Amino acid sequence: MTGGMFSRRGLLGAGAAGAGGLLLSGCDRLSASPSFQKFIATSGGDLTFDAQRLLLAGQPLAREFKASQISPVFKSNGTSHPESDDYDALAKDGFVNWRLAVDGLVGRPRQFSLADLKAMPSRTQITRHDCVEGWSAIGGWTGVPLGHLLRKVGLRPNARYVVLRCADDLEASLDGSGLYYESIDLFDAFHPQTILAYAMNGAPLAIPHGAPLRLRVERQLGYKQAKYVMRIEVVDRIDRIQGGKGGYWEDRGYAWYAGI
Amino acid sequence: MTVEAADTPSVPTAEAADPPVIPTAKRPTGREVIYRHSLVVRLTHWINVLVISLLLMSGLNIFNAYPRLHWGQFGADFDKAWLEMAALGPSADHAKGVVRIAGHPFTTTGVFGVSKDAHGVSVVQGFPSWATLPSQRDLATARRWHFFLAWLFVINGAVYFLFALVNGHLRRDLAPSGADLRPRNIVRSIVDHIRLKHPVGEEAKRYNILQKLAYLAVIFLILPAMILTGLAMSPGFDSLAPWLVDVFGGRPSARSIHFISANLIVLFVIVHVVEVFLAGVWNEIRSMITGRYVIRTEHGA
Repeated sequence: MTGGMFSRRGLLGAGAAGAGGLLLSGCDRLSASPSFQKFIATSGGDLTFDAQRLLLAGQPLAREFKASQISPVFKSNGTSHPESDDYDALAKDGFVNWRLAVDGLVGRPRQFSLADLKAMPSRTQITRHDCVEGWSAIGGWTGVPLGHLLRKVGLRPNARYVVLRCADDLEASLDGSGLYYESIDLFDAFHPQTILAYAMNGAPLAIPHGAPLRLRVERQLGYKQAKYVMRIEVVDRIDRIQGGKGGYWEDRGYAWYAGI
Repeated sequence: MTVEAADTPSVPTAEAADPPVIPTAKRPTGREVIYRHSLVVRLTHWINVLVISLLLMSGLNIFNAYPRLHWGQFGADFDKAWLEMAALGPSADHAKGVVRIAGHPFTTTGVFGVSKDAHGVSVVQGFPSWATLPSQRDLATARRWHFFLAWLFVINGAVYFLFALVNGHLRRDLAPSGADLRPRNIVRSIVDHIRLKHPVGEEAKRYNILQKLAYLAVIFLILPAMILTGLAMSPGFDSLAPWLVDVFGGRPSARSIHFISANLIVLFVIVHVVEVFLAGVWNEIRSMITGRYVIRTEHGA
């Protein structure tokens, strides 16, 4: 009789193990399915985006820290030196010949030198940088609020997104498909802490951290903080740019909204 | 727990479909079937089994992207980690897997640090492929799974919590009574657990005090801690509630507590499943599927 128990118990164990195995391979198969990917991205991802937009409607500021709380070493992630002769030429002269192009759906497209940007109103903030991988570092950033720059060039009525085109080819592609880029919408672009930073911890932005100019869009993860910004393009839609997902890492599977 | 058939000496009809396990001669004379778990409890329980399992596995994949844990407001490669999984050696094939806790190294080759993937290839990663979702390293997909499941978990938990409050499950079945909390009762319950002795008769109709405390700790401490530490890791949410990050002592601390709480859930599940087996696996599982639970009203056989 107990034998019956044990065989049934054994059956249960085998069943559980089998179910576990099926579950795992089933989940892997689901993960690989584009329609399921889309399902969990839209049902979970959009819900997260909508919920956060609702909660952050008052545009609260990200926590700012004291100078004493700055990380002793701020990790440089992704590209630490863009591999291009053009970039090296700019860096050699201390970026005096560098120009930031601002164009697209703007009233007055134009180019800005580093000196132009430094002459504009600036904001300094000591914030926490959260990498999607799970580490955090605290650093101080000084730059011009992106909103100020956008007001200066004027947005056309159909402007929806700000695309940041970068100098680094993270994938070392031949056709430029590996060039780093990012995009944010106007909700984040006009947030007071969204700045184009040219200084870090009181010193000019160093090359590993994105010299001469990088984006700081606090309240989102590290891959949104585009480094080596060369051009700002204002657009109405992002699905026709490069991989169509709005950014280098987004084209490689990561979520466009990185507030979580 | 509604008593459905009181003191029925014979096998109740609800039991007819159940294969006889104990010969009639040895069957205890008293056998009572009670309705132990309501439909909402049963449904939310099994949804939780699935959702928490997948949350854990996708969480381990996310952990593997940066298999180090810190305390404080910041923490990255150059900062001190209290827990770290690493591989030492020239290549994955010849590496030693190591877990360092507070600086003390433990060799964990084959499980943590270095392990074999589904194709038998040695890979350098924190948790092994068989424990992660997806099985290969894929932070982007793991995050999509994790956040999708987190919504299911929160909705499921809210349904359970509202029901438990309204229906009285919380007050009636989980809240410890004065008698439960008497030191003598607690000591007796501890001794019973150590001796693997399970209650019969009237006593089996209620949760014992250790059981109540364990369920309450999971429902009101550990699971909420998972949600709150999870939210504290969101830079967007942090701007709304910076105090929440401070409660945990910083985002890296919240990530550490998230990890520790996940381990506590695993520990709870192990004890829970062991107790299910000790208390009578069929009776326990049936009660969580159909709601019906058989009580032996006296010490039989």
